[in-house]
Amino acid sequence: MSERLSVLKTYKLFVGGKFPRSESGRVYEVTTAKGQWLANAPLASRKDARDAVVAARKAFGGWSGATAYNRGQILYRIAEMLEGRRDQFVHEVAEGEGLSKAKATAQVDAAIDRWVWYAGWSDKTAQIAGSANPVAGAYFNLSSPEPTGVVTLLAPQDSSFLGLVSVIAPAIVNGNTAVVVASEKSPLPALSLAEVLATSDLPGGVVNILSGRTAEIAAPLAAHQDVNAIDLAGADAELAVELEKASAENLKRVLRPQPVDWAADPGTGRLLAFLEIKTVWHPMGA
Amino acid sequence: MPVFEYAPAPESRTVVDIAPSYGLFIDGEFGEAGDGKVFKTLSPSSEEALSEVAQAGAEDVDRAVKAARKAFTAWSALPGSERAKYLFRIARIIQERSRELAVLESLDNGKPIRESRDADLPLVAAHFFYYAGWADKLAYAGYGTDPKPLGVAGQIIPWNFPLLMLAWKIAPALATGNTVVLKPAETTPLSALFFADICRQAGLPKGVVNIITGDGSTGAELVAHPGIDKVAFTGSTEVGKAIARTVAGTKKKVTLELGGKAANIVFDDAPIDQAVEGIIGGIFFNQGHVCCAGSRLLVQESVQDELLDALKRRMGTLRVGDPMDKNTDIGAINSAEQLARIRALADAGEAEGAERWAPECELPSSGYWFAPTLFTGVTQAHRIAREEIFGPVLSVLTFRTPEEAVAKANNTPYGLSAGIWTEKGSRILWMANKLRAGVVWSNTFNKFDPASPFGGYKESGYGREGGRHGLEAYLDV
Repeated sequence: MSERLSVLKTYKLFVGGKFPRSESGRVYEVTTAKGQWLANAPLASRKDARDAVVAARKAFGGWSGATAYNRGQILYRIAEMLEGRRDQFVHEVAEGEGLSKAKATAQVDAAIDRWVWYAGWSDKTAQIAGSANPVAGAYFNLSSPEPTGVVTLLAPQDSSFLGLVSVIAPAIVNGNTAVVVASEKSPLPALSLAEVLATSDLPGGVVNILSGRTAEIAAPLAAHQDVNAIDLAGADAELAVELEKASAENLKRVLRPQPVDWAADPGTGRLLAFLEIKTVWHPMGA
Repeated sequence: MPVFEYAPAPESRTVVDIAPSYGLFIDGEFGEAGDGKVFKTLSPSSEEALSEVAQAGAEDVDRAVKAARKAFTAWSALPGSERAKYLFRIARIIQERSRELAVLESLDNGKPIRESRDADLPLVAAHFFYYAGWADKLAYAGYGTDPKPLGVAGQIIPWNFPLLMLAWKIAPALATGNTVVLKPAETTPLSALFFADICRQAGLPKGVVNIITGDGSTGAELVAHPGIDKVAFTGSTEVGKAIARTVAGTKKKVTLELGGKAANIVFDDAPIDQAVEGIIGGIFFNQGHVCCAGSRLLVQESVQDELLDALKRRMGTLRVGDPMDKNTDIGAINSAEQLARIRALADAGEAEGAERWAPECELPSSGYWFAPTLFTGVTQAHRIAREEIFGPVLSVLTFRTPEEAVAKANNTPYGLSAGIWTEKGSRILWMANKLRAGVVWSNTFNKFDPASPFGGYKESGYGREGGRHGLEAYLDV
């Protein structure tokens, strides 16, 4: 009796809560670390990138306007959904990054825990980043953090799942919406994460995930006038300079690439990088 | 014709002694530019040359950066409590010399003495006083238990509030242990050079503060210099973008305080008289040379006529003229170049079909002047509703619903400030929440305080100045 032939998955992009193929009709071959074929991932085009920005912008009002309690619960829900599909991600991370099962498991567990950690941040950021300001006059004066808008995230190339989650969660927890460019070499965990996000009460468009050539997709995103910030984690040094220059055109907030130990305590750096501080004045008097 | 005319009430110029020429202040010493180049600084109200200052070239910028680098080791190693004492000293000396500095500022900038005396100088001293207190409390600021300075800060400031912008830049930089090279604007270099003398009186170690005068080319040299760790710039969005491109790929930390096109939104239930005062202050304070000026008035249609009548009546009482006269409300436009830009944009407003109105007012024959001006019938497509004019020109647009007001207010690439006028508290909070701007003044406008963060969203720049948030720009976080 022959062994059962497994059913392979067609990997697709994640844009506006839907799973389109690339508009370009292109795919590229994703292999294991040893070079064996794993899947054909969509090779997203400039048009896909622009569609993703449109979806992210559309989702911004609702997501940034949701209560912090609600956003926190949705992030926690993502952790719940991931927990149930842990084995699938361990498998994808192990194959894509060439890790042992134990090491891949550690990565996936850390990624799940990271969603839980950030879930708890949603209703605390305003208290650690905001302030009541004792101005010299009869004014009520309050500064509060607000999301900066649509953020482009170039996911780290070397950590296809823990690194990915470590850039997405802090960007969206406070109300930004995101266009994510997955690790070029190992995009499958990102594309599978989309399936989790789609079933986690996260409104469509809050996170949009593209796979393909990082440099090709990032260029139009860095130049896009309706993108407010960019995290260059997944850009090499040369590409990062080019993208930072393009970002100057509408003064995008830029987070430059730097060496990060994704397993370490992430701190508040990424959490605060994509926030604006709004200060409201009002006279006081009887 | 009013019943009583105002008698002239000029402030005396004798309290300030301006030297015929000034050098660059590098490593605690004044000296000429390497190539001996100089330029003149004019009084915009009379076009009189006040003094000659050095034009710093690449070599001078390099010397200044090296002096700041050398001073950084000892300055950053000083206990915060000692740095604090230097800053407190500076704050006190500014208070002692505030009349002299106010007169100097009005002469060199053209702003009314009433504003330099009552707004600029008290805020300048307050900024040093506020940040002095942070110097030995940085571990409590929320940026880690032992936050470190960045190193040498290259700071470029504009001509609209020369001394106040200097205070915004230098006070937090020194409090956090950085040393600075500051370039004041080409048209208003004098108060920064006087500040060098305050540093001398305060006994500040040499090289901690360096002042280099020059034009945009000097600024560009400073931004590009590999020896600086931080760029702080206040000025136009155009230059801000060029700076962002220059520092791309470097480790330099950047903060940018750029342009704005603030909406001042007036609802039908607003206290009209107070709103009129807020609109007047919002656009005519400092000749409208204010990045957060309320240059777009959004008025609810139902009160448009009433509000405009009151506004025009109030504009008719504004006194335009000699900045040194204590009764003057609107002084001189800072430069011939800026006057030309204001004129060009106002002409574009007329050409595009908006209706122009200005009260009758006689303008002095010498100097640079522009009457307070109002445009009605402005649409969102008009240049005067989109571009920063940086002058005493107000564009009036209308709206019907709060949603429409929000949409119109946010319809700009800028995001610096906004104003809301309504008696309804819930609406204020709703609007403040929806407006994409770094500062929202409700039932007030153009209020500043060292304890209050200031800075913009979108193309109005990155980072905040003032308050606890202003420390981040100068710390390695």
